[in-house]
Amino acid sequence: MDALDGNAIAGLLVEVFGDERTTSRGTCGSCGASGPVAELAVYVRAPGTVVRCRACESVLMVFVEVHGVTCVDLRGLAALE
Amino acid sequence: MSPISRGFHGRRRDEADPARVPPGQYVTDDFPVLSAGPTPHHPIDWWSFTIQGAVDEPVSWTWDELRALPSETVTVDIHCVTKWSKLDTTWTGVSLDTLLDGIDTTAEYVTAFSDGGYTTNLPLDDVRDGKAWVAYEYEGEPLEPEHGGPARLLVPHLYFWKSAKWVRGLELRQDDEPGFWETYGYHNYGDPWKEQRYQGD
Amino acid sequence: MERAALPRRLTWQLAKVVELRDETPRVRSIVLESPHWPGHRPGQHVDVRLTAEDGYQAQRSYSLASAPEDDHQLLTVERLEDGEVSPYLTDELRPGDELELRGPIGGYFVWEESMGGPLLLVAGGSGVVPFRAMLRHRVAAAWDYVPVRLLYSSRSLDDVIYREELEQLDVEVVLTLTRRRPAAWMGYRRRVDETMLRDVAWPPEEEPLVYVCGPTPFVELAAGTLVTLGHDPARIKTERFGPTGGR
Repeated sequence: MDALDGNAIAGLLVEVFGDERTTSRGTCGSCGASGPVAELAVYVRAPGTVVRCRACESVLMVFVEVHGVTCVDLRGLAALE
Repeated sequence: MSPISRGFHGRRRDEADPARVPPGQYVTDDFPVLSAGPTPHHPIDWWSFTIQGAVDEPVSWTWDELRALPSETVTVDIHCVTKWSKLDTTWTGVSLDTLLDGIDTTAEYVTAFSDGGYTTNLPLDDVRDGKAWVAYEYEGEPLEPEHGGPARLLVPHLYFWKSAKWVRGLELRQDDEPGFWETYGYHNYGDPWKEQRYQGD
Repeated sequence: MERAALPRRLTWQLAKVVELRDETPRVRSIVLESPHWPGHRPGQHVDVRLTAEDGYQAQRSYSLASAPEDDHQLLTVERLEDGEVSPYLTDELRPGDELELRGPIGGYFVWEESMGGPLLLVAGGSGVVPFRAMLRHRVAAAWDYVPVRLLYSSRSLDDVIYREELEQLDVEVVLTLTRRRPAAWMGYRRRVDETMLRDVAWPPEEEPLVYVCGPTPFVELAAGTLVTLGHDPARIKTERFGPTGGR
């Protein structure tokens, strides 16, 4: 299954963070690779949305909608802008 | 609630005996591909399935060894937490009873682990007594990579995220450790008939 | 039309379908009127949400094909064989229907005059949609002195979206037709590759701004090849579409 990129979750990111985040710089907590969120690998066809580092494939962000509430896990990120 | 989009029905749903459809599910003839990460592609001679953890010694099978074990073909219904159910799916694989045969353990839980880092947790009892398989064929054909090939775990009585794709083994444990989706908010057990989708359900 | 500040929070709104336009056998454009449209930047998209009578919802993203200067918003949708949303948008939707959407969304895959050029746009199939917005804006804002080149990969001439419009714009369009082409076709007849990109793209020394849009494998091949040719990755922006042609 081919990954999309951060552009695909631009709307979700506005919902969660309150503003445009695809140009924010994300840093991978595993390998240190860093770049715009728009360039991250995004998997949207799953029980949740999974965002991975393009370099090492580590999970950076996970979004799960639980009974109408979007739960966000950002533990894979070392930094977000 | 959003206004209704005139004429929109979503995917074609199949009619089915309601007794076979868990609450909140709809039946489909499709086989959607859901994935939390890239499809792993490794040479089959690198493949192995290992039972490890709370055992005296880990036990491993190569691909050829797994294929040489007695296999079963089963027809089961599968239920995805994203609400689609697919009835009468046919799989061929090795029963976990065959793989666990002769392995002594005090473990009460297993964590299934896969290529790519995916994990999911289950009570050991839920992979015994004819309830689980390592499946390598779907509808008589080799399991495609996007559906979990070369082999996936098959545990049809629970939501399908427990049927770990690209499975490489089971870690037997005394304690229960939440796996990938369980960590991110999905239910620890996942019984579709009790609609246990999320933590706290 | 006044350019309003972009809203901080995204809210769902109902847009009215004004007109439908068949672009190719597989592709249809939808002309929309959104009552509170705040304006948008070329390259941005909207999220579209459909709701069935039983409450079931499906959501997809579609690039805005219209320029900010256009009177209406335009979405262009490719029908996917076993799609859930696209066949509804291309086959069922009628003028007068309402479509729930939110946007505009996106701050990365946008081009505006202040960013300069020269501009290299590389499109695979329906990846050309956001480029229509950029190209129309470039003309409407009178910044057409920014050199632009569009490399557009399509299955056949019949599948080229906006074909007449592209001919009328003062833009270098290089087509490559990968499956079928007219008998007298003198243009490229294969998938985008290094030789083609080297011939079509500006040399890296010109430091073009590059936008690549289309299905994931297309985008990765084109963007990766441009980097191999010496283009600065920081000047290459990518947008990957799913098989639906949207996201």
